[in-house]
Formats: sequence, C-alpha cells, structure tokens
Amino acid sequence: MPVLTKEQQDYKRFAKNKKPKPPLLKNMIMAFIVGGIICTIGQIILNFFVSRGLTPGQAGGPTAIIMVFLGSFLTGIGVYDKIGKYAGAGSIVPITGFANSIVSPAMEFKREGFVFGVAAKMFVVAGPVLVYGISSATLIGLIYYLLNM
Amino acid sequence: MDYVMDFIVGGLICLVGQILMDTTKLFPAHILVLFVTLGAVLSGLGLYQPLVDIGKAGATIPITGFGHNLVTGVIQDVDQYGLLGVFTGALRSAAGGITAAIVFGFLMALLFNPKSK
Amino acid sequence: MKKLGSQTIKFENPPSIIGTATIVGPKEGQGRFKEYYDLILKDSIYQEKSWEKAETKILKEAVEMAIKNSKVPTDKIEYLIAGDLLNQIISAGFAARELGLPFLGIYGACSTIAQGALLGSMIVDGGFAENLVAAVSSHFCTAERQFRFPLELGNQRKPTSQWTVTGAGAMVISSQIQNPRITFATVGKVIDMGEADPNDMGTAMAPAAVDTILRHFQDTGKTPDDYDLILTSDLGSIGKHIAEELLKQKGYDISNKYSDCGVLIFYPEQDVHAGASGCACAAVVTCGYIYKEMLNGKYNRVLLVATGALMSTTSTQQGETIPCIAHAISIENL
Repeated sequence: MPVLTKEQQDYKRFAKNKKPKPPLLKNMIMAFIVGGIICTIGQIILNFFVSRGLTPGQAGGPTAIIMVFLGSFLTGIGVYDKIGKYAGAGSIVPITGFANSIVSPAMEFKREGFVFGVAAKMFVVAGPVLVYGISSATLIGLIYYLLNM
Repeated sequence: MDYVMDFIVGGLICLVGQILMDTTKLFPAHILVLFVTLGAVLSGLGLYQPLVDIGKAGATIPITGFGHNLVTGVIQDVDQYGLLGVFTGALRSAAGGITAAIVFGFLMALLFNPKSK
Repeated sequence: MKKLGSQTIKFENPPSIIGTATIVGPKEGQGRFKEYYDLILKDSIYQEKSWEKAETKILKEAVEMAIKNSKVPTDKIEYLIAGDLLNQIISAGFAARELGLPFLGIYGACSTIAQGALLGSMIVDGGFAENLVAAVSSHFCTAERQFRFPLELGNQRKPTSQWTVTGAGAMVISSQIQNPRITFATVGKVIDMGEADPNDMGTAMAPAAVDTILRHFQDTGKTPDDYDLILTSDLGSIGKHIAEELLKQKGYDISNKYSDCGVLIFYPEQDVHAGASGCACAAVVTCGYIYKEMLNGKYNRVLLVATGALMSTTSTQQGETIPCIAHAISIENL
C-alpha cells in the first residue's frame, strides 16, 4: 500500500464521515437467523443419519455431502445469491456458502468452455479456504506428531 | 427436539462473521480464511470439541467446523500412520465434502446458466 | 489558437450532435429516464450466447440507430470512436468488426463517452472529418464477472457499491450546423487521492471531477452561472456530496444546478445502493434525456463531466490505490 501524502490523508479524513455505514444491527440479526436456520437444517439431517444407525462422528460425512448438494442446487437455480443479499455472513460462513462459492464460478465461466472455464475457474473463490484450511491443519498435524514422538 | 443450541451456536458464528464484514476492511474471502484457520487452531488446542459438544451442527456446519474437521482427520491419521498421516489426514476427512462440491459444481454448470440480474 | 489555459479546448466551429441512440437493459428501462431510451431490452442477454456477445450487439445496434437518426448515410460516417469496460475493449472492437467503420478504440473507464466526444469534436473541428460517431457500452454481467464476482455468488453488496449500467449510447458528431453543439472540452489529468476501496468508487472519483471542473472554470473564465446544468457521470450519492463540498470550499457553489447520472438513472426503490456506474451511465443519460431535452430547449448549456476509475483487478490486488480521471464537455444551444 503506497504511503499517503498529507493531501491524501486530509482527503481520507474528509471523506470518512460521508460514507454511509452498513445497517449493522439489521445485518447482524439476519446473519444470526439465517446462519442458525442453515445449521439447524444440518442438525436435522445429521439426526436422520444417526437414527439410521450411524454414530454422530460417522454421520458428519454424509451430512456435509447433503449440505453441499443443497448449497449447490440453490446456487444452480439462482436462489442462493438472493439469500446472500439479505443474509450476508449467514449464508457465506456455513458449508452451503462454500458450495455456492464453487458452483457459482463453475456456472459462470461455462461460456469459456468446460476446460478453461468451468474446470479451471471452479476454485477461483473457494481456493483460499482450501489452501489455508489444509495447510494450517497439516501444520498442526506436524506439530502434534513432533510433540508426541 | 433440542435444536435451540444448534441455532444459537451456528447463528453466533455467522454473526461474528457479519460484524467483521461490516466493520472492517476484510473481504468475505479473508474472513473465511480466518475462520477456517481459527477452527483448525482451536481444534488443535482441543478447544473446538467442547463447542461441537454444545452446538453440534451449529459448530460443524460453519466453515470453522470445516477447519476442525480437517484437524481431527490429521490427528487421527497421525495416531494411525505416524508422519505420513500429517499429509493424508486433512484431505481424507474432507474428502466427502470436497468431492461433492466438485461433482455438484460440475453438474450444476452442465444444467444451469447464471441468471441475468 | 483553440487552446484556453492548460487543459481546455475552445472549438472554433463547434461541432454538432446531429443524432443519438440509446439502448438499455430491463432494469434501466424501469428507471427514471424510461421515456427517453430508443430501445429497452427484455433480457440483458439479448438472445446471445454470452453477455459479452450481448454487449457487443447492444453497442453495434446503438451505433446503427444513431447513424440512422442523424440522417447521414452510413458511408459518409468517417470514424467510429468507441470504448467499453472490458479487457482489450472487446465490445467496441467486435462491434467495429460488424460495423465496418474506420475504428479508434479508446479507454477511459466510465469517462469514455466524454473522452470520445471530445476527441471526435477535435477531429471534426480540425477538419479531419465531417461526420463521425462516438459510442460506449457497459453491461452489469460482463463487468461483474470481470471485475468482481460470479453472478450467482451469494455475497452482500456494500452501501457504497454502485451498479454497472447495462446499455449503450452513441452520438453522431458533425460539422453540420445544428443544435446542440459541443463548444468546449477540458481534458482531465489523472488524480489519485489514495482511495483503495474498489467498493467505493464515488469517493475515489470525486476529486478528479472537482479538479477538471475547477480547471474548466479557470481556463474559460466561466462560472456555474454560465450553465443550466452541471452533470457528473457516476459519482453516486456519496461522491456527489463530496464533489459539491469540495467545490464549495474552492468558492464554486454548484448545488442548485448539479446532478449526477449515477444518482438519477435508477429510482431509490431499485436498490442500487450508492448509484449507477459504467460507461453507459453517462452515455445513455447524455444521448437520451439530455440530448432530447436540449432539443426541447429545457436545457441550453450543459457541462458534462464524466469520471473514470483507471484501476484493474490486478492493480487492486497488488495494493495499489485507485487513480481517476474526469473529462468535461460543454454542450450548448447556440
């Protein structure tokens, strides 16, 4: 980030109080409610698998797959972005948001073909989550291994 | 049924995300990276499991839960396979979700087009 | 000498705008100026296979319509000056391919229509052509997928965000003597006040608009009283407010005759947050509403100040700030 001149700093100060703030309370409430609903749906699905004889640990896998499918499908039919407009983090943070971030570029770049479009661009939004998630988990695993050697 | 804690824990994690989105210069991508890493670190310290015990899906569905899932998998694999487990555990435990995302992503791209706005 | 001061041109034989055309998408067609557009699309993909192809078609047809409205035969149109927001200005380039006119592609981001009009005026006043067309296009979907995010991504827009206008505006500039006429033009300098938030273009662009407006007044000796309307392209509600205040600080009160296309194009209920943006923003308002109301005599002296943000996704990701530019053209009934 370049260092700002005095004139630029003055402008920043001047412009700062002209910026409208996002409706924080409304956004917080919507994020809480939608996030809560999505997690509750996940719990219902998890309970279904447990009732079929899986342990809660085992049920996590199929639940994640179904949640990913739901997020993908809602993205495909063009509904997920409408939810996101109101829900903000409530639809971005859950795993359905992860699915949305993969499906939306896959759909978007179809016009550039199935190799350079769909396939190449699929992780353009979700990539960082995978890279940092897997890297940090691997690092923690290494630390765990070294501590328990 | 006791879905109350799910709702509250899940809602709270998303709420924190919303606050970060609205009050800082962080983009959603930064926040997701922060959350998944935080989930992983807390999991490594043994601090995320208690949250899962209370909130169940409310703690596993948000992206922090994905970080926890990855670390749980790594630790299991290290216990079982030693050093090799460091490299296999994370992706193995996330295999279902990631494969689903790729396959469904491709499927939805085949079936649907983005809508005009 | 046709030059006034350091950045302003005074046209000796002010070129005339003898025909215009505007095509807009459905959202714009529900906005404030719906009565003034030549064509409102039912779907912004306009039966094409991609939004980029649709944008090219929209630009091409706007040019064709403007030429028809000007009553100049197509073979007497000597140049096409055009630009858009996309990488390598493909909408303009591919439209030019279809139109077969000698082509000068230009890029000024959202200031492109003013840049095109002033360059076109220099060409006509300089005796290098008798008739030419200046045109620009933009499209919400092409802009989103290039600059921001895939359309179906569930992100939340900020209150400072602006909505890229889907549409195209074209004007035929001629040596024929007919109102309205382009009398002055002020070429802007790149101004960067250190703003780096790509979700708040208005704050970034306002200083450039102010710089060019001040330069225009200083070079010409004019004041706000010499105009019926001063119109910026897409500062949005925040940028407009900033520009007004900055000008007031410098001794120019334009508040009773100042508007911004970005604030006007959509109604507040259309929920575009800070306002509209895109090359087509200024173009469809100028070539539609302003042109027609100048023919009616509602406005006789308009100063159009179009601003552009000259960054790319790469520059933003590399931590750069947002450099902006503003070009002004004075359109008058003589």
